Amino acid sequence: MSRRRKIANWLLVLGALHGIVLCAGFFAPYNPVEQDRKNPYLPPMRLHFVDSRKHLHLRPFVYSFQLRPGTFDQYVEDTAHPRSLKFLITGDRYRMLGFLPARLHLFGTDSERIYLLGTDAFGRDQLSRILFGGQVSLLAGLLGAGLTLLMGWCIGAVAGHFGGGCDDVLMRVAELFLALPWLYLLFAIRAFLPLTVNPLQAFFLIVAVIAAVGWARPARLVRGIVLSAKERDFVRAARGFGASNLYLLRRHILPETSSVLLTQAAILIPQYVLAEMTLSFLGLGVPEPVPSWGNLLSNLQQYSVLVSYWWMYLSALVMVPFFLGYLGLASALQERPGAYKMERRSLGSLA
Amino acid sequence: MMRYFLRRLGHAFLLIIGVSLLAFLFTTFAPGNYFDEMRLNPQISPETLVALRAQYQLDRPLPIRYGSWLNSVFHGQMGFSFAYNTPVAPLLLVRAKNTLLLTITATLLAWAIALPLGVLSAEHLGQFPDRVISWSTAALLVIPDLALALGLLVLTVRTGWFPTGGMASVDFEKLSSFNKIRDLAMHMALPVAALVLSALPLLVRHVRAAAAEVLEAPFLLAAKGHGIRRRTLLYRYALRAAANPLVSLFGFSIGALLSGSLLIEVVMSWPGLGPFLLEAILARDVYVVIGGVLFSTIFLAAGNFLADMLLYWVDPRIRTESASQ
Repeated sequence: MSRRRKIANWLLVLGALHGIVLCAGFFAPYNPVEQDRKNPYLPPMRLHFVDSRKHLHLRPFVYSFQLRPGTFDQYVEDTAHPRSLKFLITGDRYRMLGFLPARLHLFGTDSERIYLLGTDAFGRDQLSRILFGGQVSLLAGLLGAGLTLLMGWCIGAVAGHFGGGCDDVLMRVAELFLALPWLYLLFAIRAFLPLTVNPLQAFFLIVAVIAAVGWARPARLVRGIVLSAKERDFVRAARGFGASNLYLLRRHILPETSSVLLTQAAILIPQYVLAEMTLSFLGLGVPEPVPSWGNLLSNLQQYSVLVSYWWMYLSALVMVPFFLGYLGLASALQERPGAYKMERRSLGSLA
Repeated sequence: MMRYFLRRLGHAFLLIIGVSLLAFLFTTFAPGNYFDEMRLNPQISPETLVALRAQYQLDRPLPIRYGSWLNSVFHGQMGFSFAYNTPVAPLLLVRAKNTLLLTITATLLAWAIALPLGVLSAEHLGQFPDRVISWSTAALLVIPDLALALGLLVLTVRTGWFPTGGMASVDFEKLSSFNKIRDLAMHMALPVAALVLSALPLLVRHVRAAAAEVLEAPFLLAAKGHGIRRRTLLYRYALRAAANPLVSLFGFSIGALLSGSLLIEVVMSWPGLGPFLLEAILARDVYVVIGGVLFSTIFLAAGNFLADMLLYWVDPRIRTESASQ
């Protein structure tokens, strides 16, 4: 496969994955914060096609759960009461893409609720929480990476183009940021920011913190490119014709950095999503009841949850296809002779 | 030798000073401090708060605070913890020892596994062993650290193969010294495994790339032609020539493992810097956080310094370079 083809394929995969999360309201059957207190820690309901009398149904159905007599958290399937799945059904209100009011869901049932990935301690649907949590985590990763690249881009361009003392100072600071282990840096920056904030503030706080951690590497890469680009003949010619600094940067120098920025984006986004997960997991991120992949996982810090309710672990695995997509994209972008050097450059951001 | 040595030492020292300055700069931007929540307490008078702030020098300008903090560092205190009401350094040292134990073991183990795997992969580029290794590193790479750690924890809790949580059994004091080591090793197994597995894919990939580059070199073909044994050829000649990029990778791997261990200590309740720092952040205990960050920087600088010395010893090109300067 050619490089272009590979990049296009990975972008398609990533586009589909992000599309699902973007339209979480449609794919999720319920509101992620709505509680069902009578059904805490319900295990995932299995989809059936064949009922207890060996009849085949084309429409999938699930059995509701009953408490096993004598226990308080063991459930058995109640084969007497199947609930069939309805597709494209009207249900809970939500806002498509964050603004369009809608009620259409991909699937649901007429009467009682179904939980395909089980429920948490408050009886909230895990599937809906995972899908909506993805919106928070992915948006934090995307915004954080965008902000980092913007910062790195500006700082790198300034340092490379103007050189001299400002270059020295900026690059020394960049080295400091590169030298620190990223999680310690994340902790240090987070430590000095307010702790009790509402979810929206917390979200932007996290984006800012994550972005502040990683600007140094893109800045250094951009600076290198700017340094070599500004010595090119056509740039010198343009300067000779009286082009201003801003014009030179905008027109001739910065376009050269686009491929590095793209590669960096593909490397940074999954790391930043992981950073958000880490912060929220540790209780320093987006607070309950708003779902995010990190605070879904923080339930697992309780020993009892870890031991007894295995489906709570599923939210740890949703990141895998996204990682795979970004990893594939990054390696397709880097594919060229001398690929090893590119890989080494990207190393620090993985470390 | 001495000049190279001194220059590297100077680098490490500057790094540590820079990080401490940076950390202090953050504190000035930070809204609020440890005593802010006391303002809500009607039993504490505003005068007491002012006095407390003065006692901890929170009302002084930044350069003075930094100066007195540096002074306390040289007295082995690294500032004062508000929450514990004692100097920071002894508190941190106890935890840092545990973190170091975990990180050093994991670093050594990860490299001990990554070197042979990477070299094997490079030797059989594109063939069966290489493909197996590449696929497994790719698989490990796409599993987030957090998921890996939690997965290992679930597995161990279910099977009971290893103890989970803490670093010693309840009856640790009564054990004989051999059993003490065994007990510690059993407790370390899980966090070290999680750390090694999260660091491994990157290391293997880079060892493979570096070794593959060297293996094409004519001098290795010549050595092969002389009938030098495969093992000597690979590990004595090839690996030595590929050492330069790997040594800088060593520094990165220490940083990555320090970060990783912070998270894994919290997940697996290992009594190291991780849980301690988290607690300090939640309590706004600023000097503990600064101290923790500084400790990690010192580890990292020490690791890099060691790696540079190692390179000097392994790679004659560095020696001639520094002699000619």
